[in-house]
Amino acid sequence: MSILINKNTRVVTQGITGKTGQFHTRMSRDYANGRNCFVAGVNPKKAGEDFEGIPIYASVKEAKEKANVNTSVIYVPPPFAAAAIWEAVDADLDLVICITEGIPVRDMIEVKDRMRKHNKKTILVGPNCPGVITPDEIKIGIMPGHIHKKGRIGVVSRSGTLTYEAVGQLMELGLGQSSCVGTGGDPVNGVKHIDVLRMFNDDPDTEAVIMVGEIGGSDEETAALWVKDNMKKPVVGFIAGVTAPAGKRMGHAGAIISGGKGTAQEKLAVMEACGIKVTRNPAEMGKTLKSILK
Amino acid sequence: MKIHEYQAKEILRKFGVPTPKGVPCFSVDESVKAAQSIPGKVWVVKAQIHAGGRGKGGGVKVAKSLDEVKAFAGQILGMQLKTHQTGPEGQKVRRLLIEEGADIKKELYVGMVVDRVTQKVCLMASSEGGMDIEEVAAKTPEKIHKIFVDPETGIKNAEADEVAAKIGIPPASVPQARAVLQALYKAFWDTDASLAEINPLVLTGDGRVIALDAKINFDSNALFRHPDIVALRDLDEEDAAEIEASKFDLSYISLDGNIGCLVNGAGLAMATMDTIKLYGAEPANFLDVGGGATAEKVTEAFKIMLKNPKVKGILVNIFGGIMQCDTIAKGVVAAAREVNLSVPLVVRMKGTNDEMGRQILKDSGLPIISADNMADAAQKIVAAVAGK
Repeated sequence: MSILINKNTRVVTQGITGKTGQFHTRMSRDYANGRNCFVAGVNPKKAGEDFEGIPIYASVKEAKEKANVNTSVIYVPPPFAAAAIWEAVDADLDLVICITEGIPVRDMIEVKDRMRKHNKKTILVGPNCPGVITPDEIKIGIMPGHIHKKGRIGVVSRSGTLTYEAVGQLMELGLGQSSCVGTGGDPVNGVKHIDVLRMFNDDPDTEAVIMVGEIGGSDEETAALWVKDNMKKPVVGFIAGVTAPAGKRMGHAGAIISGGKGTAQEKLAVMEACGIKVTRNPAEMGKTLKSILK
Repeated sequence: MKIHEYQAKEILRKFGVPTPKGVPCFSVDESVKAAQSIPGKVWVVKAQIHAGGRGKGGGVKVAKSLDEVKAFAGQILGMQLKTHQTGPEGQKVRRLLIEEGADIKKELYVGMVVDRVTQKVCLMASSEGGMDIEEVAAKTPEKIHKIFVDPETGIKNAEADEVAAKIGIPPASVPQARAVLQALYKAFWDTDASLAEINPLVLTGDGRVIALDAKINFDSNALFRHPDIVALRDLDEEDAAEIEASKFDLSYISLDGNIGCLVNGAGLAMATMDTIKLYGAEPANFLDVGGGATAEKVTEAFKIMLKNPKVKGILVNIFGGIMQCDTIAKGVVAAAREVNLSVPLVVRMKGTNDEMGRQILKDSGLPIISADNMADAAQKIVAAVAGK
């Protein structure tokens, strides 16, 4: 069954006419059932035109009315990306996946605040994330489709290539994935580990979950505490950044140890205490997952 | 991005936060002239570096005469100031702030951060100013009062007044404290700050509320819309290698070890550093080459890593998704040739066209060691550097 997206999802691409938007729309359209899913783009200046047969609309609302989209993927550049997120939320889409890296934190604070105040139901994934994939059905984002295959392992991670590394290891062990969700590297964002774990918990086609985290913030600890009391399926974990120095932003805006908090060691300790089997060796993520399967 | 105390105070003054009169100085002469221009009999000579703990390290001195200003300025300018935040080598002091001495009645603390749980700016205030806030948070957390600020309204009057009272501001000074707290938040918000600390915020003998110290860090994602803040950047306070790397759009952080790392993706890069440590060595750097690793970028990355005399080997770990491994391999070969690489190089590539990539490395004739997985890669580079 998978979570968040499947072969029936209808996607509008905000930023479809930019270089990145074009490239990844092509790749996503050509993956699995993509041709039937990627049905619209938005660019107010190019409304009425099309990108390789995909109609371009003036707004997300128009795309929803005319193409019946329920999901958006955003490749819009940082100065305008938060506004693009709000546009999709305001149109009451089910899901918005924002790939863009570099959005000012203040803009995300404002968007999230507005979403809460207006009681919006739209699920936000990202920003600064690789996207979501339900293997052999649909991929929304920049992950390489060909390294995935359908299976029963759920993957949730803040990273991009580290997630692919985990998927690659699962594949070597013959383990496919139900869905893979990249929550992204930003400090103020949409779904967190706990939200995705809840979804995997309720998904009949997910048997076990691997959660990948990194330094900064407390998402992993919050998720672990929830797992302890609620998760019906086994979870394994890895946290990147055991060697990261304090106070330095390690690539991702949210990967920073601040005031002594958010260290990898702390996260690993809480996860272990909550029954999540962890590995400190990134080469053993797949092996660790396999070891807890029944 | 970080700035100096005197620059942070200039910003705060623009938003209406009172600070002591002060003048930034770059020489002893300037320092004396500055003191002469500041009325009063007490001046404070303050080292301006991006790290905290300057007072304890001997970088802040109270002068009671112009002669003392001259003497202290002479001592502090040019000194290698070591604090708990500078690292053992310390930081050379190139700028001073000469300030009027303040009549301190009470020292308070105000800090602002982005709280990731509530997804709001959190203003923290405490009656325990002048102290290490982390110690206060650990020992007497009840002394820290917080406001999670509504981004639409800023700090409300009632919120500000309540916190002011809680941290011991007398009723006569509460209106001033309210104005200061609201102005501090506005400064933080409007400049896209990521962190601000006023430690101490001071209540003076005559009931005024002023910022005696100021530290502000800015969200690098927002600098594109603040050219005036970018202009405040002091390259002398930054790591040379990190400055060089940013010119080529490489995300780079200097560390202390001897194995250079080049990886695509921040999470994978951190995991690679961690694997090196797991197998007994220390990474020399964090380096995320990002999604577009061209031959030029890989070459620049190699050059930057090799400028570090501590680097005795390089580990390249690439997971090629959209990025193709054969493209990376060509880049690595070109880079190794261009820099005349003479330290061991282990390359681990996985993903799109990885077989092709490995073949390119093999055919290059260069002594490049290939690895299958991250553990294998780390073990090989650690062994190669150890001379086995």
